Amino acid sequence: MSGFLNWIEQRIPMMRVANMHAIQYPAPRNMNFWYVFGFLATIVLVNQILTGIWLTMNFEPSAERAFASVEYIMREIDYGWLLRYMHSTGASAFFIVVYLHMFRGMIYGSYQKPRELLWVFGMLIYLALMAEAFMGYVLPWGQMSYWGAQVIVSLFGAIPVIGPDLVVWIQGDYVISGATLNRFFALHVIALPLVIVILVFLHIIALHEVGSNNPDGIAIKHKKGSLPESEKTKWEIHEYYTSKYDIADDVVPFFPHIVLKDLIAFSVFLFAFCYIMFFAPEMGGYFLERPNFEIANPLKTPEHIFPVWYFTPFYAILKAVPDKLFGVIMMFAAIAALFVLPWLDRSNVRSWRYRSGLHKWNLIIFALVFIFLGYLGGTPQENWKITASQFATVAYFGFFVALFLYSKHEKTKPVPTRIPK
Amino acid sequence: MSNVSLDASDSSKANEDQPQNNNRRRFLTVATSVIGGVGAVGAAVPFIASWNPSAKAKAAGADVEVDISKIEPGQLIRVMWRSKPVWIVRRTPELLASLANHEDQLRDPNSEVEQQPAFAQNRYRSLKEEYLILVGICTHLGCSPQHLTDGDFAQYAEGIPEGFFCPCHGSKFDMAGRVFQGVPAPSNLVVPPYQYLDDTTVLIGSEAETA
Repeated sequence: MSGFLNWIEQRIPMMRVANMHAIQYPAPRNMNFWYVFGFLATIVLVNQILTGIWLTMNFEPSAERAFASVEYIMREIDYGWLLRYMHSTGASAFFIVVYLHMFRGMIYGSYQKPRELLWVFGMLIYLALMAEAFMGYVLPWGQMSYWGAQVIVSLFGAIPVIGPDLVVWIQGDYVISGATLNRFFALHVIALPLVIVILVFLHIIALHEVGSNNPDGIAIKHKKGSLPESEKTKWEIHEYYTSKYDIADDVVPFFPHIVLKDLIAFSVFLFAFCYIMFFAPEMGGYFLERPNFEIANPLKTPEHIFPVWYFTPFYAILKAVPDKLFGVIMMFAAIAALFVLPWLDRSNVRSWRYRSGLHKWNLIIFALVFIFLGYLGGTPQENWKITASQFATVAYFGFFVALFLYSKHEKTKPVPTRIPK
Repeated sequence: MSNVSLDASDSSKANEDQPQNNNRRRFLTVATSVIGGVGAVGAAVPFIASWNPSAKAKAAGADVEVDISKIEPGQLIRVMWRSKPVWIVRRTPELLASLANHEDQLRDPNSEVEQQPAFAQNRYRSLKEEYLILVGICTHLGCSPQHLTDGDFAQYAEGIPEGFFCPCHGSKFDMAGRVFQGVPAPSNLVVPPYQYLDDTTVLIGSEAETA
């Protein structure tokens, strides 16, 4: 057996990669439950790819047949309903774990130097994921598919000069039509998944190059020769890391220690996931919106048009601005602001455990504002909500402005050099 | 364990030490990049152009002829043009007279933003005052507004009994398709190009040649 493994190893570095990136990868030993969402996101990605491939086996991407083929999958294919609900519940689950994963990065300062690119790759994944989810939602060709696409595509019409032509080009027709459906299908099943998988690969490579952050935001890699032998880790860590740095006695090998913890989280996640999938796949109209059980009708607008829940915070920002072009700009600025977070935060202290009370409150209020925006964007329009969403939009951007202002001279607590026991 | 090369710098020897002709190399690099770039742009054309509307889609977007002789006063009919709903409303004389009354509440009462062919840049936004022809798609985000009559519109705009109300984001338009102030829609509803072939037939999609 070892002869065979050697034969392989001499031809492709299988064990070397496994050792470097899992078995002997140094993971901080104080990683808490916030550190499971990357793993869960990977699991959900696999779920989406697998169930997606199976769904394409029976889905027909045409304006005439799409809606009926989804019903066919639901009613006549053995376990077709399960595959579809795994996929649709997976889409929402993806955003839940990704939002928690992002918030983890924010509270523990995981975007700070030297992890800026790691954060940017993560944001690119998030962006690709939003495009992927949007196009996927169009495919069943229900009322909300159609009118949601109408709203989102017409956003591009707000661009001066080229806007209207750009919209026709994206649609492949003068309106959202079968041509649009077909190209969204191609992008949804081939182009974007490929992009996402490549970005995830780059995200992980970048992570392993700079090393995992942790709840204390304390580096586990120290300058070569700066740690006495007694303070170095006793675990076997890959020489890729130990040859460049002294790895402190603050780490455990990623496999099996972290993987086992992740598996516990996975089993908890499965309980929630299966409960929703089996008992509430529509989630009261939030995961699968009710108008989408009606076939797309270009002549009849649904009474209320909302995107699916994970887009509603940005939709609320769009609606809060009375001017169309400015609204679109603000909506994209809301995402762009997250991209540049590593450069807005000028503090040297990462974790909120050692940062000021102001910073903690800023983060908590930001999270609440984001949820509140989601509520405003996902419920019917009322007069008070216009004002409320305008205030919330200001508060959303206020987080970034405030962070930029106070972080330079923030009063922080002393950060230990080693992870506290 | 095989040896892993950890030092990336060993492959980046200073250029000067290497036996190469830098001028020649620079020329070849630039020339190859330019030719390759032109080729890449050329190769991108079919991929980008294939996203344009196909011949079939263009044919489906052709002009539509509508017989308007059967429309009752006050009635709205919908026809499809380029798969968009087009409204044709036969407005009553009272309604036409009332259009002047609320112009202070409108964003663009004189239709200065180009949302209509030149012939419709008037208070009634139409070729013949009686017939209002509009693309029934909100200028905010593409929903189709509702036609509210018999005073139903007054709950959204005080004192104005009839108009168009968009259920998506609450945009309001009067019976000439002019947008009210303080709503998300930025501009008046679009008047499509059209012409009268005779007294009872209208052709939607193209304007008459100016004589």
